[in-house]
Amino acid sequence: MDTIYKKIADIVGSNYVSNAAEELYIYSRDQGVQPARLPDYVVMPNSTEEVQKIVALANKEKIPIVPMGGALVLSGLTIPQRGGIVLDMKRMNRILEVNEKSHYAVVEAGTSQGMLQAYLKKHHPKLKHSVPDAPPVATIGGNIAIHGSGHLSQSEGGFHTEMVTGLEVVLASGEAVKLGSCSTVPKWFSRAPIPDLAGLFMGWNGTTGVITKIGLKLFPSPKLKDVMMFMTEDVDSITDILFRIIDTEMAEDIAFFVSPKPAYFEGYQLIMISVVANSEKEMKLRLELIRESVREYIDSKEAGFLPLPPYMKVKLVGAPQKNLSEFADVMKGGGFEYVGAIMPVESIPEAYRAGLEITSKHDITYSMGARIVGRGSCVMFYYAYPFNRADSKNIETVAKALEETNEKALEIGGIPWKTEISGQQLILERMEPGTYKMMTEIRKLLDPNGIMNPGNWEVQS
Amino acid sequence: MYELKFDPAICEKCKSCDCIMKCQYIDMDLEKAKEEHRKLVRGEDSEILTQCVTCYACEEYCPYHNHPFYLIVERQEEKGIHPVPKPIEKSQVVMMAPKGRIGEKAAAEPVINLCYFPMLKGSISGKLYEGTSLILGSDIFCNLMFLHFARNSVIKERLPAMMDNIMKYHLNPGGAKEFICYHDECYGTYTSWAPAFGMEVPFKPIHLFDFLYNRLKELKSDIKPLNIKVAYQRPCSSRLCPEMDHFVDDIFELIGVERPEREYDRENALCCGGVLEAQQRFDLTEENQTKNIEDMKATGATHCVFNCPFCFFTLMGKVSEKGMTPILMSDLCRMALGE
Repeated sequence: MDTIYKKIADIVGSNYVSNAAEELYIYSRDQGVQPARLPDYVVMPNSTEEVQKIVALANKEKIPIVPMGGALVLSGLTIPQRGGIVLDMKRMNRILEVNEKSHYAVVEAGTSQGMLQAYLKKHHPKLKHSVPDAPPVATIGGNIAIHGSGHLSQSEGGFHTEMVTGLEVVLASGEAVKLGSCSTVPKWFSRAPIPDLAGLFMGWNGTTGVITKIGLKLFPSPKLKDVMMFMTEDVDSITDILFRIIDTEMAEDIAFFVSPKPAYFEGYQLIMISVVANSEKEMKLRLELIRESVREYIDSKEAGFLPLPPYMKVKLVGAPQKNLSEFADVMKGGGFEYVGAIMPVESIPEAYRAGLEITSKHDITYSMGARIVGRGSCVMFYYAYPFNRADSKNIETVAKALEETNEKALEIGGIPWKTEISGQQLILERMEPGTYKMMTEIRKLLDPNGIMNPGNWEVQS
Repeated sequence: MYELKFDPAICEKCKSCDCIMKCQYIDMDLEKAKEEHRKLVRGEDSEILTQCVTCYACEEYCPYHNHPFYLIVERQEEKGIHPVPKPIEKSQVVMMAPKGRIGEKAAAEPVINLCYFPMLKGSISGKLYEGTSLILGSDIFCNLMFLHFARNSVIKERLPAMMDNIMKYHLNPGGAKEFICYHDECYGTYTSWAPAFGMEVPFKPIHLFDFLYNRLKELKSDIKPLNIKVAYQRPCSSRLCPEMDHFVDDIFELIGVERPEREYDRENALCCGGVLEAQQRFDLTEENQTKNIEDMKATGATHCVFNCPFCFFTLMGKVSEKGMTPILMSDLCRMALGE
């Protein structure tokens, strides 16, 4: 028997390690267009201690190790570029603590967004966490590793990594460390005031260590929800409209979107505004202030709020939004690419036009949009391209569109988000040399044998 | 092209200017109303054009049936006045356009025309509808809703083709000559709007309430009186056929329902607010809905009945919040039959 396999089985039990071809096949790919690469082993640890032992083993044997959450990133970040071990974290899904008095939770990294959401709804209905627009099986840890954002990113401070109050990570050496207040006192309330080391693991795509536990900010969950939809044809007015709405500070989530389907939305710019309140009176006031903020546009008759029937509102008030997941399969065949780019709000018109140009050139369907982050400090602008996995030509076309979109996003002053390796190269090419040097040195220090998700965040020779 | 049959001489002689004086949304004294209406007739700018909320009610108020509302809509369109923001208007024109998906489906009488409300197909079931044929879809849609958007031109352009489709694909193959309009809007289109614009209607429209009443009479022995008070929300399109309103009372009597007297019923009915919201008149929407629902509640009504699905979707949440059950007329009748 394979000795590595046996050693891993000794750590996690034989039910939670596999090198069977059919399992390796599944873990060799995601829903996007990145080429598949087979891992050698798939492992599902159940505790930090097990992760420590596996990582220590991998380090000793110089086996690449790729941490994986829901595997929904679409850009191949959990595809093992150099084989090795895929560390599927989904068994580590315990909600360890919800501190109602201090509004934070501590969860294991494999806890899914849906699990935490359901748990809070049942046991702590006055609190909620920010949910990304991904299927509910997306994990908290995976989302942190890629600088995710979600439905509270507009109103509650920004990216999900900015909502992290502490981390437990396993380093390439196998050592587990705590970062944030939990390193010094037994509570996970903040990363300040001590030196903030958590940033060494967030947005790094698992190239610096394995995140095993996360402290996460929780936010009030008012009982009333409503949604508004603002519509205009003038993309150049979008930045101004968005800031008018943002500046009211009355909206929870604000998202801009355009789509050629259904046909009656083609050519229109739509802004979805989610509003929550604790009472009818508060809700009325919030809605009124938002409407007033764009009164000038309404009076010009060039824009207005679309009346939404209750059955449509029910679909729109939920988090995560299911529309994008539904759109993902519009071409049938299970293929979906998604370029997210973080950029300033003012870049939206240019990003939109670039998207139209690229999709028209390649004759592919699309959905585009932007979620406001941090009360307008930036947006996560997305280009979503569904494709038919059974159609190789279609895959090739979408892959080309993807590359062009990444380049265009950088050209207009944005940065591709959770991007595949070729997109990472584009970023690194433009990065200050000193910054890249520092990244490389930090990685060498933390992972001298280069086992942590190799191929990512490194210049390809 | 189809021209509105409107006689300026009638308005010239009119002493009461009921179309404006009875309007619940335009507040003018008689002198001012006459002056503004004269401007309207002459094709000049008039405050009426921007103050009108397109509730259709003046079609009912005018004792001479001189089509004051259709005239307003004609003038609004001529002058490029958009009661609803332009992107919403344009998007609706595309959304409600015929999709060209119609195929031959022979419809034998009695035929129910469900207009363009596929989500209500489930309502067309039970004893009331036994033996009926159902037609619906974008290719037979009356398009009268574009009155709210000052787009008579859309109706003029689409309606003839819609009527042709109804005949060619449904009525002729089934040997039918008439159908029942599930929605007042269709009935109003064929009995009021089309004649007003000189458009020939090749079939006989029957109002849903007329059909329900007669069907309930046939099923009288199956009726279990409901013994409830039900507030009725008149839709805007019922203003085009006020002669049908007595059927509400007749049906209620048959099924043991009391239509409580209230301020905002019958001629004084209020708009559900859906159109007002589309017109971005949010304060008026709120005011109207609050007045209307409180008025319903004050009568002790346990249910609010609708004929217009759009009114139903607009008010169902707010009616429910006040403890009343929103229900479509058709479903109320089925309830009385124990369904």
